[in-house]
Amino acid sequence: MKGMKVKTDSPVTRKAREGVMEFLLVNHPLDCPICDQGGECDLQDQSMAFGSDRSRFTDNAFTGKRAVEDKNIGPLIKTIMTRCIHCTRCIRFASEVAGVDDLGTSGRGSDMQVGTYVEKMFKSELSGNVIDLCPVGALTSKPYAFTTRPWETRRIESIDVMDAVGSNIVVSMRTNEVMRILPRLNEDINEEWISDKSRFAYDGLKRQRLTTPFVRNNSGELVATDWETALFDIAQRVKDANPATIAGVAGGQADLEAMVCLKDMINRLGSEVLCTEEAFPMINSGTDFRSNYVMNTTIAGIEESDLVFLVGTNPRLEGSLVNARIRKSWVHNEMCVVLLGAPVDLSYDYQYLGDSFSVLKEIADGSHPIAKALADADKPMIILGSDAIQHNNGSLILDTVKRIAKNTKKSLNHPDWKVFNVLHRNASQVGALDMGYKPGMDSLKCDKPSLLFLLGADADKLNNDDLHGNAGVIYIGSHGDAGAQMADVVLPAAAYTEKDAMYVNTEGRAQVGRQAVSPPGMARHDWKIIRALSEILGVSLPYDKLSDVRGRLAEISPTFDRPGRVEETGFDNVSDDVTIDKITHTGATAPVVPALLKLRDFYMTDPISRSSLTMAKCVQAYDEAEANPYSKPEAI
Amino acid sequence: MAGIARITPGLSASLCRTQSVPAVTTLVRTNTTQAPKQEKSTYGPLKDQDRIFTNLYGRYDFKLKGAMARGSWYKTKEIIEKGHDWILKETVTSGLRGRGGAGFPTGMKWGFMNKPSDGRPKYLVVNADEGEPGTCKDREIMRHDPHKLIEGCLVAGKAMHARAAYIYIRGEFYNEASNLQIAINEAYNAGLIGKNACNSGYDFDVFVHRGAGAYICGEETALIESLEGKQGKPRLKPPFPADVGVFGCPTTVSNVETVAVAPDICRRGGEWFASFGRDRNRGTKLFNISGHVNNPTTVEEEMSIPLRDLIERHAGGVIGGWDNLLAVIPGGSSTPLIPKEVCDDVLMDFDDLIRTQTGLGTAAVIVMNKSADIVRCIARLIDFYEHESCGQCTPCREGVTWMAKVMHRFQTGNAQQDEIDMLYELSKQIEGHTICALGDGAAWPVQGLIRHFRPELERRMDEFDKKRATSN
Repeated sequence: MKGMKVKTDSPVTRKAREGVMEFLLVNHPLDCPICDQGGECDLQDQSMAFGSDRSRFTDNAFTGKRAVEDKNIGPLIKTIMTRCIHCTRCIRFASEVAGVDDLGTSGRGSDMQVGTYVEKMFKSELSGNVIDLCPVGALTSKPYAFTTRPWETRRIESIDVMDAVGSNIVVSMRTNEVMRILPRLNEDINEEWISDKSRFAYDGLKRQRLTTPFVRNNSGELVATDWETALFDIAQRVKDANPATIAGVAGGQADLEAMVCLKDMINRLGSEVLCTEEAFPMINSGTDFRSNYVMNTTIAGIEESDLVFLVGTNPRLEGSLVNARIRKSWVHNEMCVVLLGAPVDLSYDYQYLGDSFSVLKEIADGSHPIAKALADADKPMIILGSDAIQHNNGSLILDTVKRIAKNTKKSLNHPDWKVFNVLHRNASQVGALDMGYKPGMDSLKCDKPSLLFLLGADADKLNNDDLHGNAGVIYIGSHGDAGAQMADVVLPAAAYTEKDAMYVNTEGRAQVGRQAVSPPGMARHDWKIIRALSEILGVSLPYDKLSDVRGRLAEISPTFDRPGRVEETGFDNVSDDVTIDKITHTGATAPVVPALLKLRDFYMTDPISRSSLTMAKCVQAYDEAEANPYSKPEAI
Repeated sequence: MAGIARITPGLSASLCRTQSVPAVTTLVRTNTTQAPKQEKSTYGPLKDQDRIFTNLYGRYDFKLKGAMARGSWYKTKEIIEKGHDWILKETVTSGLRGRGGAGFPTGMKWGFMNKPSDGRPKYLVVNADEGEPGTCKDREIMRHDPHKLIEGCLVAGKAMHARAAYIYIRGEFYNEASNLQIAINEAYNAGLIGKNACNSGYDFDVFVHRGAGAYICGEETALIESLEGKQGKPRLKPPFPADVGVFGCPTTVSNVETVAVAPDICRRGGEWFASFGRDRNRGTKLFNISGHVNNPTTVEEEMSIPLRDLIERHAGGVIGGWDNLLAVIPGGSSTPLIPKEVCDDVLMDFDDLIRTQTGLGTAAVIVMNKSADIVRCIARLIDFYEHESCGQCTPCREGVTWMAKVMHRFQTGNAQQDEIDMLYELSKQIEGHTICALGDGAAWPVQGLIRHFRPELERRMDEFDKKRATSN
């Protein structure tokens, strides 16, 4: 109220707080020694400030304390409901931020219970955040239970690579082991949340790991060997190969340093064939202009928009925090959302246009009502999912969406507002494109490479038929996944928590991740492996330190030199002019549908989460939840 | 809940003076040339012709025809046409204070709604969630004289430019809701409310909403939440309902009795209403007398009637005679009790009861004679509050539960004497530290018990100790 004065540290306030503290502790169990929240518990902290040093709750001897049954809400969150102090933060998070009304209260007064009414899974891609929100130890992490105390761990600030959002994380480490992953506040990207995959897939860092180099012997088996043997084996293969058809493929979680080293080495060997696993149609100006392939408005910019048009994407699973941001705007700013793609559950309402390409064409022609809505909107956004443009029709879809964006821009009141956005799925993609990697492996398949370097490429998009008859495959990566299976030489590298490395997120924002633990066994940092290899191949890269590599990155693009910042994409209009109307529109095309449709698909998308036991349990729990008649089935 | 008000009995006149009715006090204080108005010195009994609720006992027809025969809806059109300023002026002159328990001056409260409109509709919400133990006044109005309430809604609605009235009726009041709905339908059919109500050109709707039987939903903001379809949990104030109330629109929540007396005040004049009771405690009031009396009853009486008069005249006296009286809870379960020596000469009005460290509340007089186990009675009341606490604020949720545990031990005496002080401190730790007044209402009965019956508590503890010592 106007003119109101709030005193936060008066004797009256202090006394009131002391009173509340005493009441809270009346029914709170003395669990601190065995409670996972111990050391980071709000109630403990408050009790230190306002608690009494002795209790006068004499009724403990007569009636005891309140006890509440624990709830099973899935494999991620452990509940000890006796500790609950009824703050309802988890409920408010679930219904306001996550948009899932699974949690609620039943009963009243001191008989109130927080829970799901009937036993079911808390089905949300952001569910883990309630662990951070819970001020006491009522909701704690199931995988982290009883492992470490917060004061025993070292906290390393890093960047998440499970999707292209680039969430800021804190890696808690003890005895060279990642104990848990927590979010780090960044209002521009993830605010204070992270997705469940970012938070819980860390146990995948300890499974399926490559800890020693392997070379395939004559009987076709991969045999463990030492670095020297493996590197000389590769040198022999390079000597035998045709230098012009040596190729490199960057996988979804490759870091900038490794990618630039690989690119420079292969260039020095005399080849230009470098590509990413993820495709992006090279129509018209292709990836020459940055504005063609990044999220131009930035994630925080979503909050300014009043109309979001999603094309062929399921942001909830492809970039959970982008979706959380859209939901935030949808709740608070009366933003409208229109979706063309699969009718997925996005945790908010949207106008569904179906999944047919013809609708997209109608919008581009201006004959569809949405075209007018876009033109009338103040700051419209079109978000194109990268998955929708992976297939043969990708170029047609991209071209049509760009035409819609151009038409929309004509009537825009804000000349600086950029309408066109791409939501990528892979942490490496924007960086690789910035650096000059060619998107997609079509050209590579045409070239039939004689020697192939896979840099963590595990999407299983290549097979031996795509290669030259007796081509060798060298895999550099952290996990024994699809890439290692087809490789002739396997070089063990570091995962994202084990290296100082940079990544560029879907906004085009370069960020620095830091090393929390050292790589296991004989595994080494990716860029160092390539640096060593280049020397053996006789094309020594002139980088001896990480700073040398970073210097090289800065040479390639100034965006790599300014971590944490988004450089505004230029030539927006020019790129439109170059790209428009060069494609001849052909006949019907397949539905514009993304790959990730249900929450089940979300948990395992990359080598780390595929190796994670926790993620496997999530999939299992999801299947059980689907069979549970009380659990609301997903819309699609 | 209707009985709880955040006026601490301990804070006596100083606080209440700020809540006095300016128009009345001005008349008395500043006009030096005129002789001061002659004040009465005896109050009650009320003459039959001065009664507002003439069908309190259901002896006559509650429907429109009977109501009109008793004077309801008489010249309502003219009242409406006099405009909201006139209605407000009469209400202020009458000195009417809210009948739901808090006793806030009604004229001032309704006046808060007269800010310039910002386009949002305004609403009158009638609090008919009469859940306070001992209180049974609103139900009598609604089942026997519902047209008084509906006419009151129209008059009060006009006073605050309300678009509609929502009557939030307690879920357990099935017959009352039914009679009320019949009356509303009659009024609609007769053109008394609805579009162009009473041909005055004023559009006004009346809706009945049945609650689900939670005591807390009688608190005004919890009632608003419940009306909106949410859990009945009180809201933080500010913003007050007059700014952001039901459905986000300016709202005034008033008790049934407050609203129902408005038409008669307007018809007979504020001066008439102000001729009853002491200064700042004007008017007539429905008193409910229950407990150890020969004839428990609800009766309309003049404010400031002595408690003893009230009990002996209308309720047939205390069972076993006045000397058999132990204590009285004068204003519904949430007000502190007063022992017999206070009851002898206390007047039933806001100020005199605050002087005796209790409150008028809803004027539900609960009489306990010497056959009552006073500790058990209060323990039972605390059980009620424990059960009805919404659990939003920690002091109320945990504190009342704790108090209930202690009270039950006090009942048998299984406690230490220093726990009496602890209990008193606990009740002070709850009081005033919660969003709504339920915590206060739970704390006050305990405080009253300790204030007046500490020797009884100590006696039980001694007895318990002795018994334990002998059995060991």
